[in-house]
Amino acid sequence: MTCSERKQAFQQRQQQWQELVDKACARFPERRENFATTSGIEMKRLFTPEDVEQVDYTEDIGFPGIYPFTRGVQPTMYRARFWTMRQYAGFGSAEETNKRYKYLLENGQTGLSVAFDLPTQIGYDSDFELSEGEVGKVGVAIDTLADMEMLFDGISLDKVSTSMTINSPAAVLLAMYVAVAEKQGVAPAQLRGTIQNDVLKEYFARGTYIFPPSPSMKIITDIFAFCKDTLPNWNTISISGYHIREAGSTAVQEVAFTLADGLAYVDAAIKTGLDVDVFAKRLSFFFNVHNPFLEEVAKFRAARRLWAWLMKERFGAKKPASMMMRFHTQTAGCSLTAQQPDNNVIRVTIQALAAVLGGTNSLHTNSRDEALCLPTEDSVRIALRTQQVIAHESGVADSVDPLAGSYLIESLTSKIEAQALAYIKKIDDLGGVVKAIEAGYIQNEIGDSAYAYQKAVEAKEQIIVGVNKFTIEEAPPENLLTVKAEMEQKQRQKLAQVKESRDNEAVNKALQQLKVVAEDGGNLMIPILAAVKLYASLGEVCGVLRQVFGEYQEQ
Amino acid sequence: MTAIIEGMLNGNVRSLAKAITIVENDRPGKKELLKAIFPRTGNAYLIGITGPPGAGKSTLTDKLIALLRQQGKTVGIIAVDPSSPFSGGAILGDRIRMQQHALDDGVFIRSMATRSHLGGLAKTTVDVIHLLDAAGKDVIIVETVGVGQDEVDIVKIAHTTVVVMVPGLGDAVQIAKAGVLEIADVFAVNKADREGAAKLVNELRAMLDMSTGDWKPDIFSTVARDDVGIADLLAGIYQHREYVHGKGLDQVKFKSNVRQELCTYLMDGIIELANSYPDFEQLVDNIYQKEITPLEGAEKLFKKMGVKNNWLTTGGDDAEKN
Amino acid sequence: MAKRIKVLVGKPGLDGHDRGARVVARALRDAGMEVIYTGIRQTPEQIVATAIQEDVDAVGLSCLSGAHNNLFPKVVNLLREKGAEDILVFGGGIIPDGDIAGLKEAGIKEIFRPGSSTDETIKFITDQVNQ
Repeated sequence: MTCSERKQAFQQRQQQWQELVDKACARFPERRENFATTSGIEMKRLFTPEDVEQVDYTEDIGFPGIYPFTRGVQPTMYRARFWTMRQYAGFGSAEETNKRYKYLLENGQTGLSVAFDLPTQIGYDSDFELSEGEVGKVGVAIDTLADMEMLFDGISLDKVSTSMTINSPAAVLLAMYVAVAEKQGVAPAQLRGTIQNDVLKEYFARGTYIFPPSPSMKIITDIFAFCKDTLPNWNTISISGYHIREAGSTAVQEVAFTLADGLAYVDAAIKTGLDVDVFAKRLSFFFNVHNPFLEEVAKFRAARRLWAWLMKERFGAKKPASMMMRFHTQTAGCSLTAQQPDNNVIRVTIQALAAVLGGTNSLHTNSRDEALCLPTEDSVRIALRTQQVIAHESGVADSVDPLAGSYLIESLTSKIEAQALAYIKKIDDLGGVVKAIEAGYIQNEIGDSAYAYQKAVEAKEQIIVGVNKFTIEEAPPENLLTVKAEMEQKQRQKLAQVKESRDNEAVNKALQQLKVVAEDGGNLMIPILAAVKLYASLGEVCGVLRQVFGEYQEQ
Repeated sequence: MTAIIEGMLNGNVRSLAKAITIVENDRPGKKELLKAIFPRTGNAYLIGITGPPGAGKSTLTDKLIALLRQQGKTVGIIAVDPSSPFSGGAILGDRIRMQQHALDDGVFIRSMATRSHLGGLAKTTVDVIHLLDAAGKDVIIVETVGVGQDEVDIVKIAHTTVVVMVPGLGDAVQIAKAGVLEIADVFAVNKADREGAAKLVNELRAMLDMSTGDWKPDIFSTVARDDVGIADLLAGIYQHREYVHGKGLDQVKFKSNVRQELCTYLMDGIIELANSYPDFEQLVDNIYQKEITPLEGAEKLFKKMGVKNNWLTTGGDDAEKN
Repeated sequence: MAKRIKVLVGKPGLDGHDRGARVVARALRDAGMEVIYTGIRQTPEQIVATAIQEDVDAVGLSCLSGAHNNLFPKVVNLLREKGAEDILVFGGGIIPDGDIAGLKEAGIKEIFRPGSSTDETIKFITDQVNQ
């Protein structure tokens, strides 16, 4: 058959099908008039080669490990090594959390992920007035190096990779981690892990900001510069879309705003004189994975392709490693229901599968009870087992990017990429992401999507099983994990003891030195490291920086 | 009611807040309340702050409050935000940027939605100003989005009006067209660290150089977010206050304000009376059908009221001035 | 004309997850209410001072961090201290079943948990305020 004959045959068959469709629809109307993804992209009745006519296999899809990395960043992906199974954990005191880490490692987890409590994330000590009621609640409380030593007690830091969800005070916690390693006899160069260190999204999606954007960016680039030589294997930032999605964004907005943040960090680093091909390989990303399975798989592929293109075209990156988007994924916390919580296991399975088919480099699966409380040991184990079943039993990890070439997946990938790029251009027009935040643009875009979603749920256009359909009468759940109220008191006592036993004169001197460096604009990592080694508390260090840099005011 | 009046005059925050609600919602007792406090009014200095959305008015207000408090002045703030035209509800989020003053006894912040006030938002705002004034606030700041006539009316009440501009929202010619040049006593070019700020200042200056008024507004560059230029701005406001005091304009203004208030009540009363006539709607229809003109319709009603309306029959010239 | 209901929506404590609070604020606005939104990281003292100055009919508190047992009752107690116990207080967030009775006993009139609709909240406020 010639090309035109084939085309003719295709059109003929398509016409035939269309007639069948018309008949079928007349008898059995479709469930909805229009089907669309969360981002408003049309889900057509049928995707065909016509939908991917513009897609060039070699240029746009290509091969794994090669630009534009649509199919993944490594040439063999999971055939060599599965994604890192990394469960985010932390609650109460350092002792309790340390126990949980050991439990997870014993159960086959391959990396640690530290959740800090809110006072720690906002740079307050446990004895600060505003910390009341928050100590140890959403993560572990860390006041001084003493807590950090306890947190990793009996865990060799040269053997694990550790991810820390810490942003505004990331420099302080990283310094503590380095100090603990030194005490274990582990050199900083041997350390592997990630700090989130993504302050921009805090201003519009997560809320644990401390300083205004400009000093925050300065601290971030200080960390980049410090790690370049001292911690060469450390991922210095995890540019996070996770919380953007949790705040209610669509999949396209998640990609767009995350990448826009990423561009701002690269810009800032280049402006301080860093070479893009030196630091860009240490950038990592962090995405959400929600229920809409197909859109999510396409989202990851689109994000990888768009980032590679931006790094190459916008910043003139030369090395492939600078263009590779490596990312961690967490299943969507906001998709978990308090009603019939066991259903969450199924949601998490679907989401985790989408992340794996999207080529994630590491994964956290949520526990079924997280809409109710902190996860229990049993729930965490099921969540980890979910990943293990996907890895070892499903077979999806045996061939690279198995959904590539699907008309739907490739079409969605292109559409998500195009729409995200349109957002990025809009943000460029507003003067960049910081200006867009200050103008409230990003907050409003996310707010509109969150509100639209809520209305769709209430109108039952969006069904949530067990919540607005298929509901049952339930007894209150049992065996929930709670943080004991005494914990807060104990943590304060511990802090008081540390403050009593340390060399306070040396601490004051170190803090004074930190202030001088902060005022002079020098790299903050060195004086922070010196201060925390002397057991200066997180609140004290951040307090000095607050004095010099001021605090951000919500818009 | 007595308790509320006594309370608010003695510095009780809850009473003052309740009194404002009575005025805002036209509740029973409003007349009594306003009568009781009226002798205590006329002491506060009124600053109007207006400008386009996103100009940073609330942040600027926040920083001005801080400075005024350092100087020992008590401050009342009325932050006006638009109501939703669809539901009538509103999200009043201005004070999110002023929450550092929430626990300061010397600061009272009240958010107001524009609603669809009969007789205009300005009237209600004036009453709320009276209450804050009588409650002893030294300075009262009214913050509004400069969009509608209502907001411009509010600003006219102020002793000193600060118009907040930002670069990037249009050039000075457009600003002149928007009519803000006439109402501004002081200009703040906020977000002055942005591109185009110097150009905006220059354009404004060129435009003001052509103005022939007695008072020539000064222009201040501010970055409210970083607390830059606020002290100069406040000094500029004080300078205008000196001018106002020196010329006795505050008393003139107070008198014109009360005259305006009186007229507003009169208009309200007349409109209400007219509405009460059974054939009022008929009259509207007659006008709608082009059988009579609106002016003739008004004449008919005035006749019914027994009002001698010379100004009406002399034509629209005088009426327009009103 | 029905009275225009005024509600303060605030986030006490350090929790920055404001999606729920913002969605509720919008829903209340669209139901014709006037909403004072105070933003995140508010102390109970700030929330109470604001509620009083704004003379609101109700205060809605949102907390997802687990600090609700400390923060919600504190708001009610402070309102009481200031003679403003007539202001209705309700809450929302990730609140375990076991905590609800205690919160209600402390004076929080209703707790809305994940999955509850904004219509329920609107109806609750309207009924309570018009009582």
